[in-house]
Amino acid sequence: MKLSSNFFEIFAIPVAWQVDRAQLHSRYRQLQQEFHPDRYASGSETEKRLAVQTASLINQAYETLKSPLKRAQYLLEQQAIDASQESHITSDTSFLMTQIELREALAEAPSSADPLAALEDLRAGVANSYLEQQAEFAGHYESDNFDHALNSLAKMQFSSKLLDEIEQLEAELEDL
Amino acid sequence: MALLQISEPGQSPQPHQRKHAVGIDLGTTNSLVATVRSGMAEVLADEQGRELLPSVVHYTKEGVSCVGYEAAEHSTSDPLNTLSSVKRLLGRGLNDLKTFGTQLPYEFAEGSGGMPKIKTAAGLVSPIQVSAEILRKLAGRAEIAFDSVIDGAVITVPAYFDEAQRQATKDAATLAGIKVLRLLNEPTAAAIAYGLDQDSVAERVIAIYDLGGGTFDISILRLSKGVFEVLATGGDSALGGDDFDLEIANWIRQQMGMGEDLDPTEQRILIETAKLAKEELSQLDQVELEVLDWQGILTKDTMHSLIDGLIDTTLRACKKSLRDADVSLDQVNDVILVGGSTRTPRVSEKVAQLFGSTPRCNLDPDKVVAMGAALQAEVLVGNKSGDDMLLLDVIPLSLGIETMGGLIEKIIHRNTTIPVAKAQEFTTFKDGQTAMAVHILQGERELASDCRSLARFELRGIPPMVAGAAKIRVSYQVDADGLLSVTARELTSNVESRIEVKPSYGLGEDEITTMLQDSFSHARDDMQARALREQQVDADRMVEDLQAAIAKDAEALLSSEERQCLVVAIQELKALRESTKEHRVLARQIESVAKASEEFAARRMDASIKSALAGQSLDQVEKG
Repeated sequence: MKLSSNFFEIFAIPVAWQVDRAQLHSRYRQLQQEFHPDRYASGSETEKRLAVQTASLINQAYETLKSPLKRAQYLLEQQAIDASQESHITSDTSFLMTQIELREALAEAPSSADPLAALEDLRAGVANSYLEQQAEFAGHYESDNFDHALNSLAKMQFSSKLLDEIEQLEAELEDL
Repeated sequence: MALLQISEPGQSPQPHQRKHAVGIDLGTTNSLVATVRSGMAEVLADEQGRELLPSVVHYTKEGVSCVGYEAAEHSTSDPLNTLSSVKRLLGRGLNDLKTFGTQLPYEFAEGSGGMPKIKTAAGLVSPIQVSAEILRKLAGRAEIAFDSVIDGAVITVPAYFDEAQRQATKDAATLAGIKVLRLLNEPTAAAIAYGLDQDSVAERVIAIYDLGGGTFDISILRLSKGVFEVLATGGDSALGGDDFDLEIANWIRQQMGMGEDLDPTEQRILIETAKLAKEELSQLDQVELEVLDWQGILTKDTMHSLIDGLIDTTLRACKKSLRDADVSLDQVNDVILVGGSTRTPRVSEKVAQLFGSTPRCNLDPDKVVAMGAALQAEVLVGNKSGDDMLLLDVIPLSLGIETMGGLIEKIIHRNTTIPVAKAQEFTTFKDGQTAMAVHILQGERELASDCRSLARFELRGIPPMVAGAAKIRVSYQVDADGLLSVTARELTSNVESRIEVKPSYGLGEDEITTMLQDSFSHARDDMQARALREQQVDADRMVEDLQAAIAKDAEALLSSEERQCLVVAIQELKALRESTKEHRVLARQIESVAKASEEFAARRMDASIKSALAGQSLDQVEKG
């Protein structure tokens, strides 16, 4: 079973970096109202199987378009650029230096006077850079500068991963 | 239903007929069955008017002697043959029992594939068989109420149940001869029963705190316009009110100066005493205890000190789920209490403290899950249009595979909305390698040995190539019940590897078939006839569906050659349906027609998705 639908096409929105989250969410629910397996619970085995596959595709498309990181990856993949996580790294040395400093700050946070406040400071800073990197990606992508867009994506991956780790550590500290 | 519901109105194979659907809450301590009558969910009672059915089965030499209240009466006199709380064992391995099995006084033996079996006077029984007895009893209660067989059931499971536990629940239903419409998460069922979607047009975020006898769940949902969207779920599938009883029982034991080696009868007496004391302390500040030849006093404060640690564990899980849902405490509009153990005032007190609001519990916390399941069953069986209700649930624990060095690589992350499909590509690492082992696990820990083993399988028949040349694509599909299926394909040669996913702890397909045949052996001919009739219905339906699909879409989507192939396949199926008396033969032919029409189905699905939102202006979509 192969499905050829483009994720943007499924949601009837233009292939672009900018996505209206509220519209996406509303259309997502509209599609699931129609294709969710619960609508076919008393159907034949073939219908049920198709519904599971269709609903899975809609979920995957929604997940992809909702997340800035996955959406950026998907947009580049549509340009036949391999944007999977391991395939490229940024060569921007000052960026890499900053990353090392941020990681050190993360490692030191638990032993600071107020670990949660330290983490929150760190999180706010990284979240801010993440937004800047997204804007940078958008600029490159919209001017068809895909090589530079790929570089911005690599930076977004660093930030996204760091944000996950900050959150993880926050959870651990709160649990103590 | 544009895509798959192909029959034209008025041409459906049978006139609309009201079907009998039930919701079943298969609980650790008590179980219930409910149905919808005149639009209202209603728990069905037994002849004595009792709504709960204790989840207890008593065995004698002759087999099952009784289920429910009658069985519970044997619990102190015949503890080894009176099985209760088996939900704790569903989908578990013998190894898991070492961590919590000591609470259960039974003698265990190893069944096939590491699944525990319980030694009883009637021989070895599996937790799945015991659960099937409870389900059968409940189905019987419903059949008396309907004076008819039931057409389908929604069975609830703790949201935090892993795949193996879900599969075991479904297997139990299959053994009991019940058609499962859906496995529904208990907190989600409770949300439906409260019907919170109807009293507000605005979006609401609700937290459902569900503490049963043996399981704890927390779910964070967003409700709007009839859509129940689970944002995150968490919990502990081995923590419940029974653990409160156990803590109190242990305290009593220590006060009595007794060691840990109690006999099963003494253990039962202690637990019963503890349970009673816990209930009385809901009203009183202290209770006098009399156990065997010991007397003492348990105060409310002492009880709190015994159970607070357990309640705090549940509150930590609440915070974790809120974080997963990306929702802050003050964004939660409602907190709902579900499960008999939330009757312990200390629980609601501490939950209220955490969320800063008084939780709702106006529906009976014992009945609310079964009622919600009944409402969902009514929609799924086709009695009620479900246009106004949709459930989007999530997978509670990440799924992954074991990689080099015993680590786990996550493939589907926890709290991903289901159904979900993911694919992964592997390659060979030796020249000429023709087989590959895959180990599927579920859990959040880094090490494979710390996660639950779901299944192991071997990919065989990979064409021999140099190392790294073969590309094997393994696809994982989690359906709306949270159940996993796996397929694999070698991409360079397009060889489909037959894979057999062997559940780590559960019944194999064969075992279920054998057990079913055993239980029906007196009526095997009936079974044959019934199986044939079912296949004939399926065949008719398939012929009709395909003919309608061809009439509608063949022109646009099929070449004349492709169309001809399908027409021939349909004719063959029609002929066989009339001539054969062998249900397996017919089933095989149905399967082969399904395969032949798969590409057509995929194209129709594609076209259908593309047209679902097409032609709508932005405004129309927003209003819809």
